[in-house]
Amino acid sequence: MAHTTTSSTDIRGALRGAITATVLAAIVLLPSFTLHLERAGARTTIAPHWSTLAWGCLAVFVVQLLRPLLLPRFPTVKLPSLPCFEPGRHRALMLAVLVAAVVWPFFGGRNSIDIATLTLIYVMLGLGLNIVVGFAGLLDLGFVGFYATGAYTFALLYHWAGWSFWEALPFTGAMSALFGFVLGFPVLRLRGDYLAIVTLGFGEIIRLLLVNLVGLTGGPDGIAGLPKPTVFGLPMTRNPAVEGGTTFHQFFGLEFNTIHVVIFLYLMALTLACITLYVSNRLIRMPIGRSWEALREDEIACRSLGLNPMKIKLSAFTLGAMFAGFGGAFFAARQGIVNPESFTFIESALILAIVVLGGMGSQLGVIVAAIVLTVLPELAREFSQYRMLIFGLVMIVMMVWRPQGLLPMKRHQVEVPR
Amino acid sequence: MSNFLPELLQQLFNGLSLGAIYALIAIGYTMVYGIIGMINFAHGEIYMIGAYVGLVTLSAVGVQGGLPVWLVITLMILIAVLVTAVYGYAVEQLAYRPLRDSPRLVPLISAIGMSIFLQNWMALGQGARDMAVPALIPGAMRFGGEGGGFEIFIPYARVLVIAVTVVLMVLLTLYIRNSRMGRASRACSQDMHMANLLGIDTNRVISFTFVLGAMLAAVGGVLIALAVGKLNPFIGFIAGIKAFTAAVLGGIGSIPGAMLGGVILGIAETLAAAYISSEYKDIVAFLLLVLILMFRPTGLLGKPEVEKV
Repeated sequence: MAHTTTSSTDIRGALRGAITATVLAAIVLLPSFTLHLERAGARTTIAPHWSTLAWGCLAVFVVQLLRPLLLPRFPTVKLPSLPCFEPGRHRALMLAVLVAAVVWPFFGGRNSIDIATLTLIYVMLGLGLNIVVGFAGLLDLGFVGFYATGAYTFALLYHWAGWSFWEALPFTGAMSALFGFVLGFPVLRLRGDYLAIVTLGFGEIIRLLLVNLVGLTGGPDGIAGLPKPTVFGLPMTRNPAVEGGTTFHQFFGLEFNTIHVVIFLYLMALTLACITLYVSNRLIRMPIGRSWEALREDEIACRSLGLNPMKIKLSAFTLGAMFAGFGGAFFAARQGIVNPESFTFIESALILAIVVLGGMGSQLGVIVAAIVLTVLPELAREFSQYRMLIFGLVMIVMMVWRPQGLLPMKRHQVEVPR
Repeated sequence: MSNFLPELLQQLFNGLSLGAIYALIAIGYTMVYGIIGMINFAHGEIYMIGAYVGLVTLSAVGVQGGLPVWLVITLMILIAVLVTAVYGYAVEQLAYRPLRDSPRLVPLISAIGMSIFLQNWMALGQGARDMAVPALIPGAMRFGGEGGGFEIFIPYARVLVIAVTVVLMVLLTLYIRNSRMGRASRACSQDMHMANLLGIDTNRVISFTFVLGAMLAAVGGVLIALAVGKLNPFIGFIAGIKAFTAAVLGGIGSIPGAMLGGVILGIAETLAAAYISSEYKDIVAFLLLVLILMFRPTGLLGKPEVEKV
């Protein structure tokens, strides 16, 4: 008897919860998806879509009612952690992946190579931001500012001084690193979330300056006609730019084909991404990397051990900015045009999402997340209008469900046998 | 030179009405930060949704529906407040409550996700284009302007913005000072754990804070929609950042600080637009944010925070 009373109050409670949730859902849906605003000439009228409201409410009601029943039935999803290999096999596997990555574009289509190049740019940016956010634990919402600095440094050097991509490349990284250093210096003593907002402010200031300094940067139109990188001085164009010059296809006696330059750009992006991966992989094992991690875990403990938090933070911030600068220069050379539109806050959020989704600090995770977040939208083009909506949702769900990311970083540790 | 004073007065008025809106939004930031110490990044989007709900209500009632204008505006504000209260509640329940005890950055990232989600939610529902809001309160007061001098132009819609804001600020101050819930929320912002031990339902206080912040932002949204005459799903982002700047300027966690910060920021921005260049007004706001955080992170009326081990 007692048992039935509890179950009936359970049902009543569940029903009440479901009805409340449905009413709330209805209120949320009314101004957004039901009462649709339509412009009729100068007047705005309302075209109600009652069916959307009904289906939405029904869905919320059913889900909310069944949730207590379904929740324990769900097996707790266990995502794979990083597979552990012996050093020898690990190296062989890495080599195999690398060879596959180098070889496939020669057989792949132009479109997929293009997407792969874009993905590799994001891999590089993700790895750069991973140093700042993942290793050192400094939330940087203005990372795109350094990306823009790199891109514009190359564009301006070409536009005003006629420098080629390879001549400008070291300066792009140096310039972004300098920006990171100068901007980081005053603000890095701020605590976590204040730092996030200040970096966001910096990112926006850089973009607004690029828009408004029309004389220097070309304003909203940006700078166009940037040259593609050359292969050891051989331009990959149909005809040499200067009289008597040799182009890539003439030098090697090949038929001119525009796919060559696409493959070349892909290989370059791969090289840059690999360098970023290698460098950051080494850095985290060096004393400086260890102190980044120590700082992330506990700043006060770190300081009492005699480490200078300012220096440590600044080094992470500057290095992260440098990689963003290289990424930006390559991006500018690949597009052939830079304009401020490419460097909005959404781009920062996307790079941050890559780091967070992959698992802060986990390099493999960042690479996987970069691939997922750039390839998925390309595959689901018919859903492109839902892209950003889903993107925001993924960020929330990931934080609630698995804040450590898809492939969380593993600490290097040795267990002492007892 | 004779035009200097009237022009300055005009700019101060414009700045004051802009600052009033910032202050309304900033209170939401400052209250949430005061209680759970997180930056509710999605707060600007709540303001945008408030503006949309106002427009939907206005269109549903009908501009020429025969109702008196004051009733229409009251309806717009009331319905916007009710709907955004639900939004504020839902956002807290879905995106922040499960993360209550996680490291600081986790709820911040979730909040950024929520901000992106809400922007695109509205853009999908109502279209991403600018929507025009019919001018309910046309006309303006004019002073001066005789003999070719500068004419001060004070639109009634902007007067309404300032008037409503002042009334709300007074009500809010009284409510926080005297009501049971206001006392509970002040107790929570001093020491959440202790308040809990003393029998305050802290979860309710947190929900209440989000709801109250959302309501004030919604009023700001409706008022700005009426004053500016157009809106789109992306107005919340910049307004949110600026309101956050205002909250930091006044000292985050302090309600009078948010009001003061909003007014100062609004005036600074308008003066920069008038006397430097209108393209640089956003830069001025961001620079102000950076400078305050660098030199006085506690803001004008804030108390310094000591981190204990």
